This record gives sequence, C-alpha cells and structure tokens, in this order.
Amino acid sequence: MIDLIWLIPLLPLVGFLVNGLGRNVLPKSLVGVIGSGMVLASFLLSCGVFSVVYAARQAGEAASFTQAIFDWINAGNLHVSLSFLVDPLSAVMLLIVTGIGFLIHVYSIGYMKHDAGFAKFFAFLNLFIFFMLLLVLGSNYIVMFIGWEGVGLCSYLLIGFWFKNSAYASAAKKAFVMNRIGDLGFLIAVFLLFATFGTLEFSGIFPQAANMLVGDTTLLVITLLLFVAATGKSAQIPLFTWLPDAMAGPTPVSALIHAATMVTAGIYMIARSNILFTLSPITLQVVTAIGICTALLAAAIAVTQNDIKKVLAYSTVSQLGYMFLGLGVGAFTGAFFHVITHAFFKALLFLGAGSVIHAMSDEQDMRSMGGLKKQLPVTYLTMLVGTIAIAGIPPLSGFFSKDELLAHAFADNKLLWVLGFIGALFTVFYMFRMLFLTFFGKFRGTAEQASHLHESPATMTIPLIVLAVLAAVGGLLNVPSALGGSQALADFLSPVFADSVAIKGSFHLEHSTEYVLMGISALAAVVMAIIAYRQYVTKNMVPTSDDAPRSLLARLSYRKFYVDELYDALVVRPLNTLSVFLYRIVDNWGIDGIVNGLSRSVGESGRGIRLLQSGNVGFYIFMMVIAIVVLLAYGFFNG
Amino acid sequence: MDNLFILLLFPVLGALVLAFVAHAKTAKWLALLMSLISLGLTIPFLVNFVPDASMQFEQRFAWIPSLGIHFHVGIDGISLPLVLLTNGLIPLIVLSAFSYDYKGGFYALVLFMQAGLLLVFTALDAFAFYVGWEVALIPIYFICALWGGENRIRVNLKFFIYTFLGSLLMLVAIIYLHLQVPSDDYELTSFYQLTLDSSTQRWIFWAFFIAFAIKMPIFPFHTWQPDTYTEAPTAGTMLLAGIMLKMGVYGVIRWLIPVAPLGFAAYGQLALILCVIGVVYASIIAFKQHDVKRLVAYSSIAHVGLIGAGIFAWNVQSMQGAIIQMVNHGISVVGLFFVLDIVSRRLGTREMSAMGGIAKPAPSLALVFLVIVMGAVGLPLTNGFIGEFLLLLGVYEYGLWYAVFAGLTLILGAVYMLRMYQKVMLGDMNARTSSFADIKGSEWVVLAVVVVLVIGIGIYPKPLLDISEAAVTDLIDKVGPIER
Repeated sequence: MIDLIWLIPLLPLVGFLVNGLGRNVLPKSLVGVIGSGMVLASFLLSCGVFSVVYAARQAGEAASFTQAIFDWINAGNLHVSLSFLVDPLSAVMLLIVTGIGFLIHVYSIGYMKHDAGFAKFFAFLNLFIFFMLLLVLGSNYIVMFIGWEGVGLCSYLLIGFWFKNSAYASAAKKAFVMNRIGDLGFLIAVFLLFATFGTLEFSGIFPQAANMLVGDTTLLVITLLLFVAATGKSAQIPLFTWLPDAMAGPTPVSALIHAATMVTAGIYMIARSNILFTLSPITLQVVTAIGICTALLAAAIAVTQNDIKKVLAYSTVSQLGYMFLGLGVGAFTGAFFHVITHAFFKALLFLGAGSVIHAMSDEQDMRSMGGLKKQLPVTYLTMLVGTIAIAGIPPLSGFFSKDELLAHAFADNKLLWVLGFIGALFTVFYMFRMLFLTFFGKFRGTAEQASHLHESPATMTIPLIVLAVLAAVGGLLNVPSALGGSQALADFLSPVFADSVAIKGSFHLEHSTEYVLMGISALAAVVMAIIAYRQYVTKNMVPTSDDAPRSLLARLSYRKFYVDELYDALVVRPLNTLSVFLYRIVDNWGIDGIVNGLSRSVGESGRGIRLLQSGNVGFYIFMMVIAIVVLLAYGFFNG
Repeated sequence: MDNLFILLLFPVLGALVLAFVAHAKTAKWLALLMSLISLGLTIPFLVNFVPDASMQFEQRFAWIPSLGIHFHVGIDGISLPLVLLTNGLIPLIVLSAFSYDYKGGFYALVLFMQAGLLLVFTALDAFAFYVGWEVALIPIYFICALWGGENRIRVNLKFFIYTFLGSLLMLVAIIYLHLQVPSDDYELTSFYQLTLDSSTQRWIFWAFFIAFAIKMPIFPFHTWQPDTYTEAPTAGTMLLAGIMLKMGVYGVIRWLIPVAPLGFAAYGQLALILCVIGVVYASIIAFKQHDVKRLVAYSSIAHVGLIGAGIFAWNVQSMQGAIIQMVNHGISVVGLFFVLDIVSRRLGTREMSAMGGIAKPAPSLALVFLVIVMGAVGLPLTNGFIGEFLLLLGVYEYGLWYAVFAGLTLILGAVYMLRMYQKVMLGDMNARTSSFADIKGSEWVVLAVVVVLVIGIGIYPKPLLDISEAAVTDLIDKVGPIER
C-alpha cells in the first residue's frame, strides 16, 4: 500500500487534466463522476495507507514512510527531491483532505448544476486537492512549498470563479497577494533552514534541531518567518482580511478551501515543525498572542455580520486563532484535534449555508431569511448539529477539542483561559444568532424567493448528513482521560511530537480542575445559546439596515474595525502614490532628464541618424552581410 | 554536423536570401523554415555536448593576423543554454509576426541579428565578441526604426545613443586589455591570464559594466528600455527582451567578472545593490502603468535586476539560477508580449482601461495567459520558480537583507501581474471586447510551445541545470574567493 503513495496526489491531477481539457466535450454528469471519482479513489488509497500507519503505530513503531519520486533541483550542495512522507500526522491529514474533499465534490455536483463553468469548476477543485496533497505529503519544505503556493493559486482561481464581477476578481487578487506576503516569509525561512542544517528534508532537519539549545537565535528567526507564512495562509492578524473577502467564491469552495483544508495549512506546517517552535519560546509567545487576539477580534466582528457566509468566514478566522493559541501553549495534539473537528463542523456549516443560499435564489443576507426550518428540514437539522458542535456543547465534537485547547491554555496562563472563554461565549452567540435568524421566525424575503424555497437535492443533503454525523461523534477521537477516555489521537500522533514533549515535559492538570473548567464552559455555552434564543426568537429581533445608527462598539464590529480601510490608507494608497512619483518624477523627469541633457550636450547627434529614415533596408542588410562575408573570407584566405 | 561555423553562418545566409524576397507570404514561410533549420542545426550540439567544464566545439582561425585578431568560437555549459535560447526563440518570434505582412527585409534583419547573438554567446576572442555585439545591435535598430510605433525615431535615437556609448566604453577596455596581452591577441584566455593591478581593474570593471548594464538594463541605466520596448514592433520587443538583454548578462559572466576580479571585488556589492534597487523600483513603477506593453517592460527590468543580483552574488546557486532564469525569462516575455500583441491588435489599443472581460469570449487565451503570468510571478511547478528560488537562495548566501529586498518581487510581482491579468481578462466585457476572437492557427502554436516550456521546465528542470553546473562551478573556482 505504501508503494502507492504517489498515486494519491496523481489521481486528482489526472482528474484536473481530463476535466480541464475535455471541458467542452464531456457531459456534465461525466465531469461530476470523474471529478468526484478521482478524489474518492484517492480517499480509498489514503484509507489503505492510513491502515498501514495505524497498524505500525499499534505495533509501537514510529510509522514514518518516505517515498522519493525524482531529483527536482540540484545546484551545488543543494539537493531537492520530489519526495513524500507519510507519518501519523500526514496520514490523518490525507483522510481529511480526500474524505471531506470527496464529500464536497459530490455536493458541488448539485450546487453547481446550472453553472456554465461546471467542468472548469471541477477541474480547479481537483487541482486544489492535488496541491493540498502535495502540501501534506511533502517530505521536505520545498515540496510543502509547492503545495503551499499551489493551493494559493487554486484559491485565487476559485475565489474569482465568477470573474465577471470585478469585486470578486479583486477579492481573488487580494487573497493571492496577501498570501504571497506570507510566502516570502516561508521562502526566507527555507533559506535560513538550508544555511543552518544543509538540507531541507524534515528527516534531516528535525533530529539536528532537537540537539540545539532552547532559545537559539537562528531558530527564533526561522520560526518567526514560518509563522509569518502561517498568518498569511491561515488568515491571522495582520494578514486575515483576505479570508472574509474570499467568500466571493462559490460556497463549496468556501467549505473546502477556506474552512476545512487550505486555511489549516499553517497549523499543519507548525505542527510538522513543532520541534523548531518548541525550542523558540519567544515565537511561541508571539503565536499565542496573535492566536488569541485573532480569535477575539474575528469573533467580535462575527456577532454583527448579516451575510451568512461572512459570519462563517469570521468564525473560521476566529477558530483558526484558537488553533494557533493551542500551538502557542504547546498543545500540538489539541490544535490538530481542533483542525479535525473544525473541518467536520465548519465544512458542514458552510455547505449548509450553501444549501440555504441555493434555496434562497442566491440571497446571502440573513435579514431576508427566517423560518426556513420548515422548507429545509435536513439543512436545518444538520446545521443545528454543526452549531452545537462549534459552540462547544457536550458531547459534540467541538466541546472536546476546544476543551483540550482551553485546558492547556489554563495550565499555561490563566488569563489566556479567560480570554479564550470570552471568545467562546461570542462564538456561541453568533452561531446561534445565525441559526435563529435563518431558520426561526417568519420568512422575510420576497414572495418570489418564497415560491422557490425547496430542500436541496440528495447530492447536497447526503454530504450534509455524513458531515453532521462526523461533527457529532468526532470528539470521540480524543476523549480526555479526565472523562475516562483513552486519548487515542494523542497516542497515535505521539511520535511526531515526541521531541517537543521531551523538552517541554508532558502536560498535566488535576482532573478536578479540568472538571470545573469543562463545567463552566459547557454551562456558559448553554446560557449564551438561551440568550441568543430570547433575542432572536422570543423577541424576534432582526438586525437593522446598513445605514441605521449604531452604537460605537456595534459600528466598529459591523465595519470590521476598519482594518481594510486602515491597510488601504497605510499601505495601498502610499504605494500607489509612490508608484506614480517614481514613474513621473524620478524616472521620467530625473534619470531620463539627465540622460536627455547629456545626449543634447553631445550635440546634434541626430543628424547622422536621420539618414536612416529614408534608407532602403534591403540595401543596408545586403551591405552588412557583404561586409561580414568579406571579413570572414579575408580571414580564411589569409589565415 | 556540430560545426559551429555552420551554425553561425546559416542565419547570415538566410538573411542574405530573405533580403531579396519582396512577397510577404513567401518571406514569412521562408523565414520560418530558415529559423527551424537553425534550430535543427543546434540539436547535434545538444546531443554531443559533454556536461563538464570544458570548452567544446571550438573553431579558430586567424581572422586579421596583422592585428592579432582571431575568429575563435566555442561552446561550454554557460553558452549552450543561451545558444539554445536564441535558436529556440527565433522560430517562435518569426511565427508570432505571422499576422503582420512583413516583407523579406524584416525577416532578414531578424536572422542577421540571430547571427550576431550567436556570435556573442560563443565568441572566445574579444574582437569577435565585439563584432557580434554590434552585429546584433544594428538590425534591431532598423527593426525598431522602420516598423515601430509613432514615437519610434525619438525613442530609437535614445536607444542608439545609450547602447552606442556602452559599446564605445567596452571597445576602449578591449583595446586596452589587448595591449597588455603579451601574445598580442584578443583571446579570452589571454585576458583571463592578465594580472592587472587593482586600480586598472577598477576602471575596466566600469567600462564593461556600463556597457552590459545598459544592455540588460540595470537601474539607473534603464530609461531607454521602457520607451524602446513600447515603441518597437512586438517581434522587436521579443528580440530585445527575450534574447538581446542576455548579451549583457552573459557579458558580465564571461567578460567582466573573470577579467576584472579585483574590480568586481571592489564594486560587485555596489552593482548588486543597483540590481536589487532595480527589482523594487521597477516593480513599484509597474503598479500604475496603464499601457500593457510598458507594464511588462518595467516588469522585465525587475526580473533582470534579480538575474543581475544573482550574477553579482557569484555563487553556484545564484549563478545556476541566473542561467536558467535567462532561459525562463526569454520564454516568459515572448509569451507575455505575444498575448498582449494579440489583445492590443484585436482591440486597437494597448490601454488596459479599454480591456476587460476577455476571458469570457476567449477562454483559451485566458488560460494560456494565466499560465504565462504564473510563470512570470514564479509559482512553483512553473519555470519561473526554479530560477527565482535559486537566485534568491544564492543572493541570501551573499547577504540576508539583499534577499529580503530582492524577494519583495514575490509580492510586488503578484500585485502588478495580477492587476494586469484582472484588467485585461476579468471583469465584465465592454463593447469592444465582447466580440473578441479566441486564439487560432499560428497563435496556438506559439502559445502552446510557450506553455509547454513554462510547465515542463518547472516540473523537470534538471536537464537544463545539468548543462551549466560544471562550467559554472569551474568558473567560480577559477576566479577564486572574492574579498569584499
């Protein structure tokens, strides 16, 4: 099975090529089957690979398998090979990417049914899966970087899928450029890694790093740069503003790329490089600070948004912040656990939102929704599950993963727990607000929309149901010992984090403390849900129109704290002004002016040149050629 | 069949024939045939090339014995990629001009220039190098002067004065060096063996540097470039950007640094800084350009700046990056300028504000353009990434902050390239663009070749890198450690 690793990314690539090249000839049904089928095949292969890894882990081995494909770049002492690494971490990621990827492909068959770019959409989606698998499977930082930038390209293509709308095309550009800022950090980190360790293979770097001292300056710089890369890809402060805009893409894209997989790449990369970060406590503090700030800021924005996808987008930013908080306090397993559960419930919520938007004839404003639970029962019930899961109400998945993160935060610094707890309250509120505004109360849309309301087809509801089940039971993967669980995921992943644990020491919290923390957060979640219920169901409140007067705080939240405006004023406009200044003043007037002055002072140099205008080219060429031939011949006969 | 004389002479013969073909259709097909034969003649060199550091396929005879001038040419791992680039791009450039009804004279100039370029890339005698340098310049001057845009005369004058000044400086340096050679010749190896004192090497450095810096161009010797690229007919722009500027880069590698290592030690850092300034400066200027051709012209200054920085960083990674990036850049700019030519010819304007939404009526063009743009911004699995990665890695080895500033191209390049892509291809259609015709016929051929190369080299660059590795390593060893 391990020999077939290379097939896992190759199959979606084949799907991309077939659907891309045959987009004008293949019937839609076949396109959907090819697109989804390739990902399904990858998923099955991934299951096979996973089972091998799992068996090896059960046998107590580290379960790390490498497969080299070919030498990619050689130059001097630099040797980069295209090679893959399957270990517990990448094995789990494989299942998420291909598994959820497959469900979203199936969903898209229904969702994109009437779109003219159906085949193009599936081709891009397959291409995304290919790059995401490269990112996950890379055995060195360069292959990871191929995937890292490749998913950025697919994100660009899919955000701007409906490119006729120039706002959408701008959103796509913004995502690409902001990601590139992070990518530069990644690239320079790679250079530093190469200069320090002489290789870019994980298997060469991490053992060497493990022998270095805590607080090493080089490692500090490397990890800070890698974190910069992570803030771009995983939408953290200060590079988070592209993600809400990315909602311009079709909803399945939001679910797959901008919730479940691509945006978690930053967490994956840091988890992969955990030893480097563990040895850099300062970086970990930065990660923690950025994580919790992002979690709170995004949550504070989400509570006032009225676009159903925007709520989910800010929620994603916020949840990613929690994951970084986890990484920062050393809860690598916890952060990764949250990646998994978040993939389940956030993909579910986005697809649910897509189902609503589909039913509402492309309406995304929740102020025009309401009372949809009658017409969309499956969507409603599955989204209810997703909402409870993300809210952290036991026993659904979000409770377990968030609890683990917050427990680690508590052990690190009690203030972090308090802040995380406050963010969690916001989360519960905005999620239930979304649920109630959408599905409860009276319908607020137009009569036209009302007449079209319908539950989505089976291709869309079945993925919802599967994801709902996963979101419900996903927490069982890693039940804490305080609740009598076996921490299966932590055990499975332990070889990946072994070196870090050896340095940091294993995490310990009294069971009694854990019970109290869990109790508080579970109770508070229920209370917040009830508050949201009273507000939006009992009192039937509907958010005010855009230009209605708001209190200062509400306005700040509603206007997203003016971060975009701030960047525009601080970066975009000055750069544009600089561009014009350099072009008009420095280049045309300054440098070129000097040159022109010089050439004038040389004299009427144009006079001789003027002859050329009336010349006969054929004659000139003939003369030149003759001259050359004569010169050459002269050499031959005299030489 | 691996006689270098034949390779060099064939384009001259082709030019001679074409100069007398007045019928446009005959001329273009004949030119294509000639250029393809030239490309075919290159294959034996590729096959018989041994990837070591030696000079191969050498040809040498006394040209003007009384003056010690030899016609001495040869190919090593550094020149082969450029010979390949030249002979590979000329057929594409000829084909890209198929929509214009150029007469034989035009193609004769192209082939004549090809001969000059090949001579520059293979010359092992300074005089032969200089002849090649001028022979390449004159045809492009005519191409721009006769088939260029409205301002061609004014613009061309500047171009001519600039490059003429550079040539003059170089000539002075060459003659001076020749006078120092004990065996009284112009041989490259004789130049290498000279042991000149530091102050001499310093002015030699500047004489060569300015000539090469103008050609590339490196900031602040670049102001002829945007105007010339914009006013030249597209085929001329392709020749200038795709091949001709590599003369300057190649000159630095072959004739500047090894000949004046002490000058390089003294001013290499300054040169590198100028290159890095060029990367950032030209990128920022490219932001707000509204003429698509001028935008790509500025982007070319940025890309070449990075190549130059790689050369002056002078280590195996940066040099390997520079050589492969010269090839990549050639492929990219031919693709870019061709797509923009297609667009502006059909719309009758180069203004981006008049474009938009073309992806809808011309999806194939949009796709191809996207691949080329991604190659230009250096996305992994395109050719641009290989070059940029090696270049930046090499520049990093020289100094972290140089790499950080040069690395800004990653971000800035994405900004102006994607802005251009958006303005041209995306958004809603207007009255002009709604009836835009997708690519067809010879356009497909050119663009398909470009796309295959962009992705092919991106996925498997090893054969290309293997050609130059030994020669680059050897050259760096020969020059020895540079004390900054």
